[in-house]
Amino acid sequence: MNIHEYQAKGVLSRYGVAVPQGKVADTPAEAEAIAKEFGTPVVVKAQIHAGGRGKGGGVKFAKTPEEAREYAKQILGMTLVTHQTGPQGKKVKRVLVEQAGKIKRELYLGMVIDRGVSRVVMMASTEGGMEIETVAAKTPEKILKEWVDPAVGLMPFQARKLAFGLGIPGELTGKAVKFMVGLYKAFVDTDCSLAEINPLVLTEDGDIVALDAKMNFDGNGLFRHKDIEALRDFDEEDPTETEASRFDLSYISLDGDIGCMVNGAGLAMATMDMIKHCGGSPANFLDVGGGASAEQVTNAFRLILSDAKVKAILVNIFGGIMRCDVIAEGVVTAAKTLGLSVPLVVRLEGTNVEKGKEILAASKLNIISAADMGDAAKKVVLAAAGRAN
Amino acid sequence: MSIFINKDTKVLVQGITGSVGAFHTKQMLEYGTKIVGGVTPGKAGSKVEGVPVFNSVYDAVKATGANASVVYVPPGFAADAICEAFDAGLDIVICITEGIPILDMVKAKRFMDGKKTRLVGPNCPGVITPGECKIGIMPGYIHKPGTIGIISRSGTLTYEAVHQVTAVGLGQSTCIGIGGDPINGTNFIDVLSAFQDDPKTEAVIMIGEIGGTAEEEAAAFVKAKMTKPVVGFVAGQTAPKGKRMGHAGAIISGGKGTAGEKIEAFRAAGISVSETPSDMGKTLARRLGRNVK
Repeated sequence: MNIHEYQAKGVLSRYGVAVPQGKVADTPAEAEAIAKEFGTPVVVKAQIHAGGRGKGGGVKFAKTPEEAREYAKQILGMTLVTHQTGPQGKKVKRVLVEQAGKIKRELYLGMVIDRGVSRVVMMASTEGGMEIETVAAKTPEKILKEWVDPAVGLMPFQARKLAFGLGIPGELTGKAVKFMVGLYKAFVDTDCSLAEINPLVLTEDGDIVALDAKMNFDGNGLFRHKDIEALRDFDEEDPTETEASRFDLSYISLDGDIGCMVNGAGLAMATMDMIKHCGGSPANFLDVGGGASAEQVTNAFRLILSDAKVKAILVNIFGGIMRCDVIAEGVVTAAKTLGLSVPLVVRLEGTNVEKGKEILAASKLNIISAADMGDAAKKVVLAAAGRAN
Repeated sequence: MSIFINKDTKVLVQGITGSVGAFHTKQMLEYGTKIVGGVTPGKAGSKVEGVPVFNSVYDAVKATGANASVVYVPPGFAADAICEAFDAGLDIVICITEGIPILDMVKAKRFMDGKKTRLVGPNCPGVITPGECKIGIMPGYIHKPGTIGIISRSGTLTYEAVHQVTAVGLGQSTCIGIGGDPINGTNFIDVLSAFQDDPKTEAVIMIGEIGGTAEEEAAAFVKAKMTKPVVGFVAGQTAPKGKRMGHAGAIISGGKGTAGEKIEAFRAAGISVSETPSDMGKTLARRLGRNVK
């Protein structure tokens, strides 16, 4: 789960991580009032879940409260297009108005879970403001790393190593250590999966602050952080994906025209690959899970059919715990109640497969049955192209 | 022979009194697995499917001599259950649970350091040595005793491979789901190495997916150490970047972990790559010089 910059800064400041003084505004008048409260100059920043906001015109430097109001007026309601939003862009609903200090140096600080060594790693780089992936690809030696032993947490000596490596002056080491240790605490306390401070700045006044902040959270840990979960912004998510998560279905929208319903993530990905191999293009990834009920199958169908791009549907089930007869009943019920408007290809294998096939045949629905995955993909690609099988 | 589990493996079920644990206990017993006990804190003295329940893994081991466990404990408590099984000194712990917070696994892995127990999973279908012992949630009847070892990060895609291996007239020595989470216990290399040393295993099918670099590392191992033929498939060739494809670990992040890179590594290591998920059985048969039915 992602949150906005202003929310991330709110979380981090609770852990002693220094952030600029500021507040979030919904209206130009509020932006002006905040600028007056904290004193100008200020930065007015669009709050959307995407990077590259500055280049897209979503970040402005205001010298007076009136300017802050003017910029907020421009930014609020605009559709911001950045390299991370896709061509359709994202509508800005809020701006963060922050005091703008004089920047001396821009650095990078980030934390992720290094799956190779099963530990949290803190990464630092002198290349602040740049995307870390670019730095990693071009100049990997410029990324300093410290892996954290979960039994003791980030040790001050590790933070000092990073600080000296970044060339942070000796008199600021204490502030740098406090910042990094706070960041690590915030990361583990809130079940983060990624935290990024880019840029981390040294100011002319001798402060170390997070000029930008990004935090992603592990969805599996959210059950113990109701406060973090409350920060979720549904407007930033694909509505179909949100709907799917309510039913415990794993769904991802794609660009193609063949709707897919599969049990198991690996098989679901493989089914998409198979469709592509046969010359088609999947409209979605949809894993109904290991123990889906007939009701969940109906919900899955509703999601697939709600996508106007879908010209044909492929159901690929390898029944293990999930029995083929249950799936077949779910498919028949869904097709009858929702009204099946596009061709449907079904491939069933595994537990109670014969029973499942009987149910489909007895339904008198126009279902194209397939012998195996390859056969199913060929048939659905033909069906989506409007050609008879 | 087989790897990790066989007809003599004595299994505990952690979380046996939950609905999933109880259901699969019945299934495993029907398959012939020696389930000797269950663990649910506070439920000692009760029975599930005739299997005695204990308060702790330690008590269960003392009473039954169990050397393996399978974990069906809910995600918020599963990492603790894994650590308890390690502390009790079992040979192998197989964790089925999906959705364990990743930082719980970071801590658990630290606890596991230096202990002799092997963890398989989490978020996996389990391990099966056909005809001898099934530990997990896979449908037992699709398997057939034989000489092909199967390793996979995915559940149903493993069933697909098993089905295809059987369809070309071969069977399986042991099938292992290592799980779809970013942090797991046993990795591809551990399993490949065990298959290489297992006299009954003739060849291996390895099924990877997008995310991480486990496949690339496995490919390097195959090139350096394996003399047995390996057939590979990687799921997610059409997966978009930056999206988590169902499994917590299946994500292309920062442009890394793509199926293309993994397939290239497989090929460079002499692994026969199945072009599509429906050709795994046929690719294997061809590699072994068998006639494809």
